[in-house]
Amino acid sequence: MPANTPLPVDKSVPGYVEKLTYLESLEAPSDQGRRRLATRVWGGLWPVALAIVIVLAVWQLIHLSGWKSQIFPGPGAVLSNLWDQLQTGLLWHAIATTATRAVLGFGLSVLIGAVIGALVSRIKPLRAAVGSLITGLQTLPSIAWFPFAIILFGISTTAILFVIILGSAPSVANGLIAGVDYTPPLLLKAGKMMGLRRLSLYRYLILPASLPAFVAGLKQGWAFAWRSLMAGELLVIIANQPSLGVLLSTDQDQSDMASATAIIIVILILGVLVDQLFGLADGAIRRRWGLADAS
Amino acid sequence: MVRQVNSVTVTDRRTAPPAESMRGSRGAVRLAGVSKVFGRGSSAVRALDQVSLEVPPGEFTCLIGASGCGKSTLLSLVAGLEQATSGEVSTGGSRVAFMFQEPALFPWLTAAGNVELALRARGLGQAERRQRTAELLETVRLTGFGGKRPHQLSGGMRQRVALARALAQDADVLLMDEPFGALDAMTRDVLHDELDRICAGRALTVLFVTHNVREAVRLGDRVIVLSSRPGRVIAEFDVPIERPRRIDSAPVAELAARVTDRLREEMSRDAG
Repeated sequence: MPANTPLPVDKSVPGYVEKLTYLESLEAPSDQGRRRLATRVWGGLWPVALAIVIVLAVWQLIHLSGWKSQIFPGPGAVLSNLWDQLQTGLLWHAIATTATRAVLGFGLSVLIGAVIGALVSRIKPLRAAVGSLITGLQTLPSIAWFPFAIILFGISTTAILFVIILGSAPSVANGLIAGVDYTPPLLLKAGKMMGLRRLSLYRYLILPASLPAFVAGLKQGWAFAWRSLMAGELLVIIANQPSLGVLLSTDQDQSDMASATAIIIVILILGVLVDQLFGLADGAIRRRWGLADAS
Repeated sequence: MVRQVNSVTVTDRRTAPPAESMRGSRGAVRLAGVSKVFGRGSSAVRALDQVSLEVPPGEFTCLIGASGCGKSTLLSLVAGLEQATSGEVSTGGSRVAFMFQEPALFPWLTAAGNVELALRARGLGQAERRQRTAELLETVRLTGFGGKRPHQLSGGMRQRVALARALAQDADVLLMDEPFGALDAMTRDVLHDELDRICAGRALTVLFVTHNVREAVRLGDRVIVLSSRPGRVIAEFDVPIERPRRIDSAPVAELAARVTDRLREEMSRDAG
């Protein structure tokens, strides 16, 4: 049958429907994610810059007040120490080691967490058995696992990775489970009426629908992984393998407060940068789904 | 016009025997003594009670009743989303599509992507999907909006996409659960015309649930009135008004008034 049979109703105005469609399109929400890139970057940057300035100012004031002046360096001393360290290979080597562990540990966490999450969300008896265990693991401070890991794997990278995975995988799994659970029932109905079944239902409906919750789980998993990694590098010191944790530990032994503070700044910056990546992913999804508020 | 209104028949078909010839034919919907009870024991709620009705292939049937009459439950039973407690629901092996009050579009897909997914679920190849999607968007007059995501469209446009998606399923039976209930009167009026036009070109059986009497008379070949708690078929009105119809025309208004009277009668009996 021809799709565009003429309207059977005379609305006296030619192109009535087209006009209404046009008017409706004006009424429809406009794109909010299309502001100029420079404006958006500046909008994101200036509060950060302001916060940094405030922290530095307070820090400098404390330093000027003379509180613990023998051991507590001002921002000037710390920043110049940081600058010096950035010229040496040691800090970069340490950053590389730590970053590699972070990528490896978090990557494994995502893999394992996703598999566990998929199984638990799919198999009912497994959920009853393992569901609350996952939440329990999530609340357990992962640093408590280090004695266990060190006895099991010795002073090794494996011990660190083990603790990262225990700290981070539960969050990833929980994110996926929550996403699957909260797939809107109406969309499930629509999908079933459309004829999506089993695998195709997962592939085309449940997985995309659980993406926002999954990304939230990834973000939380990353925070846990990063914490576990730092704790691990302070506890599991492997000879001839400089890492950020080793540098910190050395600074502690030598009471080098300027260097210790400089390393903390490096750790902070790395953590924030990765968090920003998740923020970008989250923002992209929200814009796509139309959940974004004007930002 | 008066002649048309006079020819309206009111029948009580609760006891009408099922037409054997219709059994199993494609596009026909048949409910025989269907009851649906939610919960059990003292908290059990009887949503539908001994509902029997027949919708011949190609007929546009409107179901009307006060809230709580189990209209939506009835559609869920026909769709197979829920099972009847007793009685028999048959769609004669028809493909069934469902349009909800909310568009229920997938927010991560574009308008075209939503339509295309329904075609993909039917196993169509990519080239054919692309072509059919373009045709369907044209059918609901959304050519040029295929790349938009649901949140970038107005409420009326979203329902058009939902209609295109339902049509993409190439169903014999289209179930519509107050699909225009959340829209403003002008948009709804236009979509009524669109629905008329689209149904005219297809052998589509439609079961349309609404609580708007005028909408029911404007659209339906037949209007079935359900009672409240539990839902029972209490009356049927044939709508012999010629198309094209207008929701504000005299014959529509007159028949709507008679349907409303019947509904009021039922409600006052409930109250008494």
